[in-house]
Amino acid sequence: MTDAAILTVEDLTIRFGAVTAIDGVSLSVMPGERVAVLGHNGAGKSTLFKTVLGFLKPAAGRLAIVGAAPGSNVARRAVSYLPEQVVFPKGLTGTEVLTYFARLKGVAPKAALPLLETVGIAAAANRAVGTYSKGMRQRLGLAQALIGAPRLLLLDEPTSGLDPVSRHEFYDVLEASARAGTSVLLSSHSLSEIENRIDRIAIMAKGQLRAEGSLAELSRQAGLPVQIRVEAAAGRVEAVQARLGGERVNGQSVVLTCRAEDKVGTLARLAALGPDIVDIGIALPDLDDVYRHYSGIPIEGAAQ
Amino acid sequence: MNGIDRMAAVATTEFRLAFRNRWVLLATLAFTLFALALAFLGSGPSGALKVDALTLTAASLATLTVYLVPLMALLVSYDSIAGEIERGTLALVLATPLKRGELVLAKFCGHLAVLAMAIAVGYGIAGAVIAAVHGYTDAGLLAWGRLLATAVLLGAVFIGLGMTLSGLPRQTGTAAALAIGAWLVLVVLYDLALLGAVIVDQGGAFTKTIFPALVLANPGDAFRLYNLALIEATAPIAGLDGLAHTLPFPVSSALVVLVLWLFASLAAAWALTRRIRP
Ligand SMILES: Nc1ncnc2c1ncn2[C@@H]1O[C@H](COP(=O)(O)OP(=O)(O)O)[C@@H](O)[C@H]1O
Ligand SMILES: [Mg+2]
Repeated sequence: MTDAAILTVEDLTIRFGAVTAIDGVSLSVMPGERVAVLGHNGAGKSTLFKTVLGFLKPAAGRLAIVGAAPGSNVARRAVSYLPEQVVFPKGLTGTEVLTYFARLKGVAPKAALPLLETVGIAAAANRAVGTYSKGMRQRLGLAQALIGAPRLLLLDEPTSGLDPVSRHEFYDVLEASARAGTSVLLSSHSLSEIENRIDRIAIMAKGQLRAEGSLAELSRQAGLPVQIRVEAAAGRVEAVQARLGGERVNGQSVVLTCRAEDKVGTLARLAALGPDIVDIGIALPDLDDVYRHYSGIPIEGAAQ
Repeated sequence: MNGIDRMAAVATTEFRLAFRNRWVLLATLAFTLFALALAFLGSGPSGALKVDALTLTAASLATLTVYLVPLMALLVSYDSIAGEIERGTLALVLATPLKRGELVLAKFCGHLAVLAMAIAVGYGIAGAVIAAVHGYTDAGLLAWGRLLATAVLLGAVFIGLGMTLSGLPRQTGTAAALAIGAWLVLVVLYDLALLGAVIVDQGGAFTKTIFPALVLANPGDAFRLYNLALIEATAPIAGLDGLAHTLPFPVSSALVVLVLWLFASLAAAWALTRRIRP
């Protein structure tokens, strides 16, 4: 175990009766690092978080939060949690909810209340939570998690159901916390929901860790094909296909599929065709293709 | 000290929520109206008995309290754990330094404060009205005060039971069903079954030895026997309550029973909450 890590998970296995929800997962989070756990419903993301919180006992493996056991006093003070679905008491105001959790965490409420400003719901601070929109409730949940500047934020699908602007602001807040030294472990079921402001991604499927790395590393390692669409000059489409191969689509274009590292060579060949070509479009594999590749779901159009 | 502040935060939040969702208003109104109805409607005090209206009403209110207070106590507590599991807030709360024992105890205190306030205000208003209309004696005031205090103790027992039942299921709907079932069994069916057994037994060994102990073992009956035994009322007492004056135990044993129930229910609630995976 690395001493410097905020969270260390080693060979963790969690079982519910016959169901193995987590199967030999190892993962670590360093100070100030933002890590996203990515997986479909049932992949084991929430189970991982609940184990880190000490709610579930591992069938095998070890965990340490700032060197302490999950659920211990030291760990509880270091960790903050935002569950997947949380409904705060409708009768309390935003201020009251935040005051409540500040007191539970042993933080002066006065020090916690500015967080309502941080997450952008200060104007609704004295309104009942029952009147909040979903986005506002999620922001209140984040404010609650930020109380007392925790060492590790555990956010279970925090941005699912948020509109893109809210999501962007959510990541702004996370970025500011991370810069101040807070580590973030969040989960999501879609890679496209995770903005490029995550340092590392861990992809889980069926309780197992399938891949780990930065977004760029994962895309590169996936080796997914690049598609190049070549639009031929009028009447030249046969000639172009004869020279390049590939597939004809509508009467005008040819689509080529090549490996990412062959992209430049292919483009050079295209340039040699000169006036036969009117336009070129390049489609890189999108994030969800990368995700499907690692989580073991066949990718459309990937004929390898 | 942090533990105290955490528990104070939980208890005051429960108290505040009970106000916001009008539970306090509902319960206080119910206590006031039922007590006044007993005093002024139907077989209320009349003629020469009027002098001690408080004592007489305390006797009949003791019987009504056995139904009303447990119901209200279960209503305020049945959802305390299951509701938090269902809403996802239990995981959130238990992720903080708050311990499970602290949570149970603090919620209990919050619920009890709410219920005690409703009982004190409701029975207090009713008692004041009765005293103002019919006058009062020292014995009457004492009987009324004793009723009020033991009603709070009875309420505490059923809050503990409600919290225990709330720690069993993960859904509030199931917790509500369990609470209603507990009320029916402990408050209604238990007495009916005992009465039936006494009738079948026809004054045999069961009636003389086991029956009084079984009556005393039930928290509602213990409450009623304690109050009736100490009321020097001339009002006719029938059924199980006839036992009030022929009880083969000291009167204070009824209080011991209530306190034992209270500790047992709190211990059960705590043990169940420890097992919960939020
Ligand atoms: N309390 C539980 N009892 C039984 N099985 C569970 C329980 N919680 C989760 N599981 C199972 O564990 C697996 C992982 O669930 P979960 O961690 O909730 O996935 P995710 O959060 O990635 O959607 C699923 O197969 C789920 O059915
Ligand atoms: Mg989940």
